[in-house]
Amino acid sequence: MAKTSTSPGTKAKSESVLMVRLKDHFKMIRRDIHVNKHIYLIALPMIIYYIIFKYVPMYGIQIAFKDYNLIKGISASPWVGFKHFIKFVNSYYFVRVVKNTFMISFYGTLFAFPAPIIFALLLNEIRSTKFRRTVQTITYMPHFVSTVVVCGMIHMFCASDGFLGVAVANLLGTEAKNLLMNPKYFRTIYILSDIWKNIGWNSILYIAAILGIDQAQYEAAVIDGAGKFAQAIYVTIPGIMPTVIIKLIFRMGEMMDVGFEKVFLLYNEATWQVSDVISTYTYREGLLNMNYSYSSAVSLFNTVINFVLLWTTNFISRKVSETSLF
Amino acid sequence: MKIKRTNGEIIFGVVNTAFMVVMAFVTLYPLWHVLMASFSVPTRIMAHRGLLFWTLGFSNEAYVQVFKHPLLVRSYMNTIFYVLVGTGINMVMTFHGAYVLSRRNVYFKKHIMIMITITMFVSGGLVPNYLLISDLGMLNTPWAILLPGAIGTYNMVMMRTYFQGIPYELEESARIDGATDIRILYQIILPVSTPIIAVIALYYGVGHWNSWFNAMIYLTDRNLFPIQLVLREILIQGSMDALEDTAINSSWKAVEETLKYATIIVATVPILCVYPFLQKYFDKGVLVGALKG
Repeated sequence: MAKTSTSPGTKAKSESVLMVRLKDHFKMIRRDIHVNKHIYLIALPMIIYYIIFKYVPMYGIQIAFKDYNLIKGISASPWVGFKHFIKFVNSYYFVRVVKNTFMISFYGTLFAFPAPIIFALLLNEIRSTKFRRTVQTITYMPHFVSTVVVCGMIHMFCASDGFLGVAVANLLGTEAKNLLMNPKYFRTIYILSDIWKNIGWNSILYIAAILGIDQAQYEAAVIDGAGKFAQAIYVTIPGIMPTVIIKLIFRMGEMMDVGFEKVFLLYNEATWQVSDVISTYTYREGLLNMNYSYSSAVSLFNTVINFVLLWTTNFISRKVSETSLF
Repeated sequence: MKIKRTNGEIIFGVVNTAFMVVMAFVTLYPLWHVLMASFSVPTRIMAHRGLLFWTLGFSNEAYVQVFKHPLLVRSYMNTIFYVLVGTGINMVMTFHGAYVLSRRNVYFKKHIMIMITITMFVSGGLVPNYLLISDLGMLNTPWAILLPGAIGTYNMVMMRTYFQGIPYELEESARIDGATDIRILYQIILPVSTPIIAVIALYYGVGHWNSWFNAMIYLTDRNLFPIQLVLREILIQGSMDALEDTAINSSWKAVEETLKYATIIVATVPILCVYPFLQKYFDKGVLVGALKG
């Protein structure tokens, strides 16, 4: 349209063509609304929900660039640019929370991510269906236990009179102390309990992927003289690789996103140097210290990093393995 | 044809089985410990160190106190209310939303889909959400617990994928007979969707049952607290004061030590009883979502 000649006649003509097209379009939309009126009626609550509970808070993100004033409200508060971001980056907490978030995630990826994959592979080698089902049912269970209860049990068992606290003390030959008060143990406790809670549940996906592998591949491998181990290495593992990669992309995208709940329930001032993460810092600054704008800036900083990470890993994965989310 | 197993394979089989037994033990032990402690005599639990395989003496006094304690009973009732009403709202919203997203030939569907997908990657964050709930006047009301999570986008997409898998012929005949979209939804889609409805309702139900964060930031009125939030005070903050406020008598003090174990059991067992019945559906449900990626 833009490249047509500029003589007045043609212009008028192209404009009228545009008008006709627009009219057709509107007619089409009107018909669509008429035909699908029930669908749109049904969609209305959903749309309203997303606008109010998802988009209005997004509008509120702007307070990260403002000095939020309770009385003036979001829109009327004065703009301050990147003031809060600069303050965060220069603060003592920046290195601490970014590093802790990364480290917990990193160790999580190193240990908690492969655990259900290995578990699924081993479970697949169990011959008795009944035994396999039983183990599955049992290991699903912790997934349904609430975070509060899991952390509550950790508190009780890791206390100086809890069985884990006592066991560690016996092992080291020292006096029993509360393990949660020791910064050395925080990550270990966090990740081990994560594995305990999720290994069974997360393995469902990989078990399903293993079951989805074509049996003919195994038969071919057997004919080629492959034993059980060779079959696992050359058939099963390549067979579940696409699933593993998709999960890994998700995982990488969440690298700087350590959930609030568990850290919050397990940490205390004695371990802050290793346990304070971005989400807990955001909470303390935002809701406890009422630094609304500053907290929003920290949280936005985190969101942007997460998005960049997700996009990057997705991009790399698409180039390298042709598996990607989007 | 039976293939002879090599020695290596036999040894591996034995080790692997042993490993699975250990896994099952490690998974079960913590809850077993709590269960046994909850039925023990409080003074003996207090003096006990290390593992616990059986009750120390026997006492059900802790459970008697749990069901007599005003705050514990109140918060337990609140949790049941949040689970029932919350899951009800979730299911109505999710079911209808998923239906809209599964329809063909709906012009604005792609716009709605984009609007929803964006929210999976961008969110307002803690403070803007808090300000919204505050501006809506929902602070310290049950609405703050029930409404903000009314639709779980992931669950809705999962349900949509299920709807899309329903053979089109099923509804085509109804359409020829002049059935409206609404009739098709309730008389054709709904009856064939029980598995996905069961799984998603369970996801939402478990979510409500175990949730405490929204309650912590939005509620100050202790009469509205869900059980998990009270549990947090008892277990994490280690403060039995939480119970003192509302206790009419302090008969629970005698069982203070075992009371927390009993509360854990009471707050956890209902869910552990439900999930095995739905297990056959899980594998399907989780898979549908996964394939969608």
